[in-house]
Amino acid sequence: MEVTSEPLPPTPAPRCGCASIVLSLPPSVGTEAVRGTIRRGGHAWLIATPEAQRTVSDRQIAWTRSLLDQGRITTGFNFDLLTNADSTYPEIAGTLAAIVGSLFTMLIVALLALPIGVAAAIYLEEYAPKNWLTGIIEVNINNLAAVPSIVFGLLGAAVFLNFFDLPRSAPLVGGMVLALLTLPTVIIASRAALKAVPPSIRDAALGLGASRTQSVFHHVVPLAAPGMMTGAIIGLARALGETAPLLLIGMVAFVAEVPNGPSDEATALPVLIYKWSTGAERAWEPMTAAAIVILLVFMILMNAVAVILRRRFERRW
Amino acid sequence: MKHEALSTARAGAAAAGTATKVDARIVNVFYGDKQAIFDVSMRIPDRSVTAFIGPSGCGKSTFLRCINRMNDTIDIARVEGVIDIDGEDVNDRSVDPVVLRARVGMVFQKPNPFPKSIYDNVAYGARIHGLARTKADLDVVVQSALERAGLWNEVKDRLESPGTGLSGGQQQRLVIARAIAVNPEIILMDEPCSALDPIATAKIEELIDELRTRFCIIIVTHSMAQAARVSQQTAFFHLGKLIEMGPTEGIFTNPTDQRTQDYITGRFG
Repeated sequence: MEVTSEPLPPTPAPRCGCASIVLSLPPSVGTEAVRGTIRRGGHAWLIATPEAQRTVSDRQIAWTRSLLDQGRITTGFNFDLLTNADSTYPEIAGTLAAIVGSLFTMLIVALLALPIGVAAAIYLEEYAPKNWLTGIIEVNINNLAAVPSIVFGLLGAAVFLNFFDLPRSAPLVGGMVLALLTLPTVIIASRAALKAVPPSIRDAALGLGASRTQSVFHHVVPLAAPGMMTGAIIGLARALGETAPLLLIGMVAFVAEVPNGPSDEATALPVLIYKWSTGAERAWEPMTAAAIVILLVFMILMNAVAVILRRRFERRW
Repeated sequence: MKHEALSTARAGAAAAGTATKVDARIVNVFYGDKQAIFDVSMRIPDRSVTAFIGPSGCGKSTFLRCINRMNDTIDIARVEGVIDIDGEDVNDRSVDPVVLRARVGMVFQKPNPFPKSIYDNVAYGARIHGLARTKADLDVVVQSALERAGLWNEVKDRLESPGTGLSGGQQQRLVIARAIAVNPEIILMDEPCSALDPIATAKIEELIDELRTRFCIIIVTHSMAQAARVSQQTAFFHLGKLIEMGPTEGIFTNPTDQRTQDYITGRFG
């Protein structure tokens, strides 16, 4: 429900003669009063729940109805939800700051996790010798993928904030923490994609006198790229929904302004949802639901991109 | 024992009466602790077809892969001994396997064109080795390779369509065209027809026969009939050892070793 920004009019009932009246069942107001109201051009409504059991009083319903009648309040899509930053008033709070914060965070994650992850996967799969050291690295990457995300948050708080003194509540640090979280996923997915390229392609290139690097970058990586991209996007989507690590590095702060860069104070969508869901006022409930829908839409979009990329670039041999 | 093996091989090349292209001396190959090739020595003449026959797992493919050092790509493989190509040891430290593999082309058992266009498949080797300066030069290289592989007339109108869309036999000829586009001296073929039907096989065999006027061809085959049809020399491998090598006619009509006799008459393998 949208509320006009004009100040609320004084209680309409005593001012004009055409006051409205609200009746609960059993009627608490005499039928004579009802008749009188209707005669004066007002309205009467019958509501099943007695006033004592409602959070909205009869007078409030009457005000709302009269405002509706005057066209001063309407129901419609709340664009403020997308264009406003957070607020302490649910009626004007929006997700824009959180969306921008999430985008900056994702940008940092993509810039860090994708190049490092893909490079690590290529090195481990195509170049690294198979010895005890690479064996340990491999086991640890798989283990890291299973580490609870809050542990990464603690690491970020301890290392990035306390030791390196990076800014608190900033998408820069959030992105760095989430990049650590995403790296194992990206590496594992990329290695699987590289492994899926048949050895005959490598043999063909090497047999023609291509160097190992030429064989990897001319043939193997292009063939593995769709799988790598899919893994990367799914990793990013997971990072987009992560809440716990961001709480620990202070991205849970109340941010009423849209951040201008990755080092500004910001919050992220899932954190905003967490915050709104704990709001005391009733109006936070639909706001939370709406924010969840926004987050899900972003998730679905990212996964759709992953599916399309896979479909589009998948090669058969 | 070693001398015996040496003299057998020398005899093989001498009988063919052409210049020796590949001279292998006492080659041993190990996969980890397991030895796959025992003291193999042979001379392979230029501009002819040499067939390696023998039962599965006898080491003929392993030996073939020593010649262009494809075994380097297997971590646990270790090659000992000397393999000279034109008098130069391929295992020498100064030899770059990448350069070597440009001189020694290879065709694999399963056709393995790159998932790129027919043109790009053939042009790839020439591109990475800088054999063509301009697009026109490259076109010439591609066309002549496809012509020599007997594929030009079938694909000249669809050079931009993917190489993987061709039939199995065409793919194998495409792969041969790809190999000869870099002007190798030796072409190694590892069971090139085992995944093909008889008609496609006949075409490949015909092609091999034409190519032998320009290249030294070494072919591993499971089909004794094929070895008899296409090769001038035949080497019989058994359990990692070279049992016998000589002119193909001699091996098939008058083998000196009992095991060769048993194998070619179909008593085992």
